[in-house]
Amino acid sequence: MEQQNNHYAIETRGLNIFYGDFQAVKDISLKFERNRITAIIGPSGCGKSTVLRSFNRMNDFVPSARATGEVLYHDKNIYDPSIDPVQLRRMIGMVFQKPNPFPKSIYDNIAWGAKVNGFRGNTDDLVEETLRSAALWEEVKDDLKKSALALSGGQQQRLCIARALAVRPEIILMDEPCSALDPIATLKIEDLMRELSQNYTIIIVTHNMQQAARASDFTSFFTMDTDRAGVMVEFNETAQIFTKPKDQRTEDYITGRFG
Amino acid sequence: MSQSDTHLFGEYSNDAVKHLVHQRHSRAKLARAIFRTATLLAVIFLATLLVTVLNKSMGYVVIQNKVDPATISDQPITQLTNAELAEILRTNLRKNRVRTLERAGFLEDQPHSTLVQLVQAEIIQPEVVESYNLMPSLLHRNQITAGAAVEHPGAHVEFRYWLNGQFLSNTMASQPELAGVRSALFGSLYLIVITVAVAFPIGVGAAIYLEEYASHNSRINRLIQTNIDNLAGVPSIVYGILGLALFVRTLQPLTSGAVFGIEGQNGRTILSAGLTMALLVLPILIINAQEAIRSVPDSLRQASYGVGATRWQTIWYHVLPNALPGILTGTILAVSRAIGETAPLIVVGASTFITSDPTSPFSSFTALPIQIYNWTTRPQPAFQHIAAAAILVLLVALLSLNAAAILLRNRFAKQV
Repeated sequence: MEQQNNHYAIETRGLNIFYGDFQAVKDISLKFERNRITAIIGPSGCGKSTVLRSFNRMNDFVPSARATGEVLYHDKNIYDPSIDPVQLRRMIGMVFQKPNPFPKSIYDNIAWGAKVNGFRGNTDDLVEETLRSAALWEEVKDDLKKSALALSGGQQQRLCIARALAVRPEIILMDEPCSALDPIATLKIEDLMRELSQNYTIIIVTHNMQQAARASDFTSFFTMDTDRAGVMVEFNETAQIFTKPKDQRTEDYITGRFG
Repeated sequence: MSQSDTHLFGEYSNDAVKHLVHQRHSRAKLARAIFRTATLLAVIFLATLLVTVLNKSMGYVVIQNKVDPATISDQPITQLTNAELAEILRTNLRKNRVRTLERAGFLEDQPHSTLVQLVQAEIIQPEVVESYNLMPSLLHRNQITAGAAVEHPGAHVEFRYWLNGQFLSNTMASQPELAGVRSALFGSLYLIVITVAVAFPIGVGAAIYLEEYASHNSRINRLIQTNIDNLAGVPSIVYGILGLALFVRTLQPLTSGAVFGIEGQNGRTILSAGLTMALLVLPILIINAQEAIRSVPDSLRQASYGVGATRWQTIWYHVLPNALPGILTGTILAVSRAIGETAPLIVVGASTFITSDPTSPFSSFTALPIQIYNWTTRPQPAFQHIAAAAILVLLVALLSLNAAAILLRNRFAKQV
């Protein structure tokens, strides 16, 4: 079991998430492979983001949210009391739907995360290296002291990716990272994801099926149950999901008959 | 308009739409007129206030000297040397008085301005027998001079700005001609410093706790929140009574400085007043700081947590810097409230007649609004004029404090 688990970056077993009395997702069991891109697709309100945000315990900030079941990361349930969510979030970084750089300089956006996590190395090198790996260095290298808010939306989102990379995570969670971006900026992010997947495990929630088809190795399809709780319908290699879906609901969704 | 236009949308008859649009536009115009009138009224009230105060703060005065300066010296007394002034004082004052004055050192060695003031106050003793506001002074100048010549022979008429250097540098005196606001101005500034120093950290701390840590669903926290909102509306005299009971009486050893080895003071000190004022402005500060913290977008907090920051790092590095402009706006409101409050100061025992500046938090004190209140209750017209001058000082002090806070706020706002 452990041997097998090492193969996976994250594994959920029977994960249920509740907001108060409302069950948002039901019995999710998923395995996310290391250094691969896994997409989660599905109609609005089916709990994709809720599941994603449970992986670095961002749901902790919603007072009514609670989770049952297991989310295994390095063989440990991250909801175990011995796990410190602050440490966890350094290892499992996150990129949000709307680009949300800090209202600081480009340089400080990268350096701040490193600083609060006790980074001891050369910050200038770290900034250059992470900006290079986020494919942003050439565009901003002369303006590092400029406010990050002066960048375009696509650049801001790549800066947010760089900011996540700067604290050396293992996994990057992306919550519809391109929904606020134009098609060209979207393509740039997708190229970047492909590049990053050599070193990082990426889990992306997206509304855009073409994006899932283009950019991911594995795809998981979620939908809403009759009681409005999100359920996982199908999980497979992306090519399989989009060409030979096993479940009728998946086929309906990806062919545009539903959702 | 063509036939096809009229029938473009069946449900909207063209005439009715036209009529309605006209009606909607006239309603909009009416609303605009009302708002403009409201603004205009506010400006008129403000202008009236300023004109009234300015009108009283300068004008002609008829001054009757008890002793004609010409009989003392053939030169204007300000041009005399120290030795000459000392000689004048010695010949005109009683021996005992001279001895009292020389206790600190020979008269000749005292500053020139002090000697001039002494000659003015103790020998010449100018008395304002008649005073006029600015308006009559400008309009009826000739009648004023003619009337003065008839009614007060030997008196002279001069134009006086009641708000002058002497008014700012003198302390309280029983004659309005010699009274000044220095100790009151310092008292007010000292008071504001203590108030802000106490209320700002507590207020911001409470706001951080209520917004960032406390659960919004907990019944106790909701109760606390409701109470804070209501406390902002409690009359200031109630805070005065609280301050009297708590700071002046119960905590007397602390507020009188007895625990710090300062003897001979009661609890009616500037520290008691500052603490009372801090209680008074605390709800204002908390509510504004909460509002400012709430307006920091959640995406920023998430970004911070997302890179592995703790709650405190998120608050310190992101929430507070972004909320600071709003917090400073609340501080401006708090300072404006505190500098003008009179009632709680009366209750906690501000002195109305004090001639020394506050030197420590344990000094007894007076403040500008107390002084203004005191002067406006006096029957002599000259006190009304110096009250107006003190109001101007209060307004200028308030505006400078607020300007400082606004400059600070703009600096922080620009950084973001």
